[in-house]
Amino acid sequence: MLGQGFAVLLSHWRRHKLQFAMLVLGLALATALWSAVQAINGEARASYARAAAVVGQDRLEQLATPDGARLPQSTYIALRTAGWLVSPVLEGEKRFGGERLRILGVDPVTLPADAAQVNVGAADIGLQRFITPPGVFIMSRETAERLKGIDTPPIRISDALPPGTVLTDIGIAQQVLDAPGQLSRLLLAPKQPAEVRPLAQVAPGLVRRAPAVESDLSRLTDSFHLNLTAFGFLAFAVGLFIVHSAIGLAFEQRRPVIRTLRAVGMPLRALILLMIVELLVLSTVAGLIGVALGYGVASLLLPDVAASLRGLYGAEVPGTLSIRPSVWGLGLAIAVTGTLVSAAARLWRIASMPLLAPARPRAWSLASERALRLQAVGGFVLLVAAWLIAQFGAGLVAGFAALGAMLLGAALILPLALSLLLKLGERLSQGVIAQWFWADTRQQLPGLSLALMALLLALAANAGVGTMVQSFRLTFVGWLDQRLPSELYVTTRSNDESQKVHDWLASRSDAVLPIWNTEVRMFGQPVQVYGIADHATYRQHWPMLEAAPDAWDSIASGQGVLANEQLARRQKLTLGDMIPLDGGHSLPLVGIFSDYGNPKGQVIVGVGLLVKLYPDASRLRYAVRIAHDKAPKLAEDLRGTFGLPDENVVNQATIKAFSLKIFERTFAVTAALNVLTLGVAAIAIFASLLTLSGMRLSQLAPAWAMGLTLKRLAWLEILRSVALASFTMLAAVPVGLGLAWMLLAVINVEAFGWRLPMHVFPMDWLRLFLLAVASAILAALLPALWLARRAPADLVKVFANER
Amino acid sequence: MLLDLQDVSKSYPTGEGVLQVLRGVSLSLDAGESLALTGESGSGKSTLLHLAGGLDRPDSGAILFEGRDIAGLDDKELAAFRRVRVGLVFQQFNLIPSLDVAANLAFQARLGGRFDAAWMARLTARLGLERLLDRYPEQLSGGQQQRVAIGRALAGRPQLIFADEPTGNLDEATGDAVLELMMSLLPETGAALLMVTHSMRLASRLGRRLHLAAGKLG
Ligand SMILES: Nc1ncnc2c1ncn2[C@@H]1O[C@H](COP(=O)(O)OP(=O)(O)O)[C@@H](O)[C@H]1O
Ligand SMILES: [Mg+2]
Repeated sequence: MLGQGFAVLLSHWRRHKLQFAMLVLGLALATALWSAVQAINGEARASYARAAAVVGQDRLEQLATPDGARLPQSTYIALRTAGWLVSPVLEGEKRFGGERLRILGVDPVTLPADAAQVNVGAADIGLQRFITPPGVFIMSRETAERLKGIDTPPIRISDALPPGTVLTDIGIAQQVLDAPGQLSRLLLAPKQPAEVRPLAQVAPGLVRRAPAVESDLSRLTDSFHLNLTAFGFLAFAVGLFIVHSAIGLAFEQRRPVIRTLRAVGMPLRALILLMIVELLVLSTVAGLIGVALGYGVASLLLPDVAASLRGLYGAEVPGTLSIRPSVWGLGLAIAVTGTLVSAAARLWRIASMPLLAPARPRAWSLASERALRLQAVGGFVLLVAAWLIAQFGAGLVAGFAALGAMLLGAALILPLALSLLLKLGERLSQGVIAQWFWADTRQQLPGLSLALMALLLALAANAGVGTMVQSFRLTFVGWLDQRLPSELYVTTRSNDESQKVHDWLASRSDAVLPIWNTEVRMFGQPVQVYGIADHATYRQHWPMLEAAPDAWDSIASGQGVLANEQLARRQKLTLGDMIPLDGGHSLPLVGIFSDYGNPKGQVIVGVGLLVKLYPDASRLRYAVRIAHDKAPKLAEDLRGTFGLPDENVVNQATIKAFSLKIFERTFAVTAALNVLTLGVAAIAIFASLLTLSGMRLSQLAPAWAMGLTLKRLAWLEILRSVALASFTMLAAVPVGLGLAWMLLAVINVEAFGWRLPMHVFPMDWLRLFLLAVASAILAALLPALWLARRAPADLVKVFANER
Repeated sequence: MLLDLQDVSKSYPTGEGVLQVLRGVSLSLDAGESLALTGESGSGKSTLLHLAGGLDRPDSGAILFEGRDIAGLDDKELAAFRRVRVGLVFQQFNLIPSLDVAANLAFQARLGGRFDAAWMARLTARLGLERLLDRYPEQLSGGQQQRVAIGRALAGRPQLIFADEPTGNLDEATGDAVLELMMSLLPETGAALLMVTHSMRLASRLGRRLHLAAGKLG
């Protein structure tokens, strides 16, 4: 009997193939976008973990020169002789063909166990082959792919290495990097012998560096990934609207069948169970399709994500995806949960449906009007909650909670708002067709409201995120001009060279401004400390958000400190607060500047103070002021004189272009997710119109019989869809502005530490409006065409007496 | 002669082949005349009525309205014919659910540009609908709905009224009352009535009776 019941239930789908397709498609799309984001995040996180673990940087202390210059191999030998357990590392970049690789040379014999992710003694590599020329290059599969056809030492694959990194023997590395007898740093084994000569005696030129804190990269990128996750979730929510409406309709249509099944003796419990099983199977299948689709989407988006992560955080993420069980598991789980949640109310209604209730079609106007009001009240409560959370909440999670509450609240209010608008349209219109058009549109509202709510979310997200991105771009471009006023930026390779370059430039340019810096831990986080000279360049251009009147004088005389916005926000610093510097020094904060795109905190002091407090600071970079037209020639001379590589002497335009490129790629992902979300919403409308078109005929037939042509009716159907989409777009404007404000003033501040001014771009809104109208037309086109092609015989059936 | 059907045939394609419903039916109707059409269920009464009302086209034969064959009209002209010349009353009432009673009553008349406020007011009063004007169809009883449908059909004073078992969904007392109303209003419009019914009692109250069987009139 169960089997028969199941067959009866399933036969519904055979008769409503399109409905079935919509249900599966909606669920699959929703799951796809969500899974795509998960796959991308998973890939990135795994990559951070690999990067953090390379040669134990995350766990081992290291010895290096203060300025980061290379050290002679003799120092290493001296330390070993003195009993220190150290292991040499040489790191450098080298081009192979078009690929720039990070070469890591290690000594497999002395390498501490903590640092050895790759067992070079393993059979496929072999210690002997590793250390004897031509050696072995160990790298990730992806890197190996990129090197196909390029001449390198023999390659072995290891998944433990991040992309672009090559692990090889130190001797081989010295050859490849053309650095005989040189080392970058020394790894300190965790346990050192008790009786060794102090470091200061054996290797006075070296300093100890703490292990790179494991989570730095992942902490810095966390907010980026959270943003992606939020978008994935939004897309999923929009997709669920399709699922919800498809399931709702299917259950509504199956009421008589269910009643019949119960009447012939099928227990209610068994029926409910059957339907749950049906939903489980359906959602599992759709979920699987969705995750597979998600991988497709992810692999399209990943290159952009990887590029922006590299640009923003210097994080290397592979451009290809690996299949993660967690993504599949999570994708399926969310598909199944979403389906069951969507169906819960329906199942409950069926469970409590009396056996002999008359199968009367639901009265729409009164009941639904009341439901709309109730729903709107719920929406209003959510809006208030959103405002309260935004006002009094703290942290990124609170920010997203406020955002979610606002979006959902607005969506819940939408149907009532539309209903009122349509009523107004009915009141104001004169012609009989116009009046009927508005009234009839209002009648469609209950059936379309879910899809329209989805459209509202998608439009608001597009408008809001678009406003944020454009505001950001405008601010960012202006900020770049302020931040990069100098014509040339030079990076030298050693302190020695730095001095020579400085002297050489001094007589050939208007000013040579040191940009010396070091990284310290301050307030328990990595903070960059920059030293700058006192120069009009800064006084005129620096993007100050807030400053004491004599800020630049204080900096010049070493009496004050500037901090970037993110540090100030994170530590709640205000002007006059004391900033703890090294050597027991504390100086007052005299200014806060904007520093977009920098994940880290930054403070700026006078260059004299930097050198005094941080003698180890890197003194390698300079900004050069010179007449604009003379800059290219100077750059060329500089490269020629000192043999500096191209990338060490860059002009302002190049840096700006580079920064903008990173910017564009960062938001390319957001834009793509936005468009996909809008597409899902359009499909939701299409699905709803399609399902409604079945009942539509009986509502339209009387108007047709009274003397309207089918062609006219079909046009009106399209117009109806356009009207609803347009009104929804109207509603999306304030919601989008609210969203943009939340993103700019709450989420960005929490996630990145900077607040951006909001700019509104009416042309973008207009374009979005046209997009909404276009999707409304597309969604309505097919049902309208079908209507126009209906034969009179189909329509007169509506009036047939037999029922 | 107002309406003249000549040798009209109609068939429907079905799953089991072509179903021949009407096999050469001829009938005529004069202005102000009332005609009852009876026949078994499924004999094609509704089909005949739909053809005469310009809702569908015959396979062959002519349907002359004031001497012009409406079978040859295109969709637009046919719609105009229905809008202006025809009033329809169905068994299921088929009101427009999104419009209130007032709008339903006026719908076709306004669509055809034949709205007359004074006539509308009088019609509303005669039908006893004054206090229901702002209700929606779903809030009305069957008898009330059918009165609205009759008002809608008569509001534009068309020359032809087609009623397809107008009392079929009503109990006998209500049905009689509704029919009484319709019959009493007809002379005021001068319209001809073609009414389908399978009640001989009701058919006997109309001027002429025709019986449809095996696709032919007897
Ligand atoms: N639109 C249609 N398509 C197919 N068959 C139809 C259609 N309308 C009516 N029929 C069939 O034509 C026959 C006559 O129908 P109808 O004119 O409604 O009969 P009556 O009104 O006398 O009961 C019936 O067998 C019916 O099933
Ligand atoms: Mg019939």
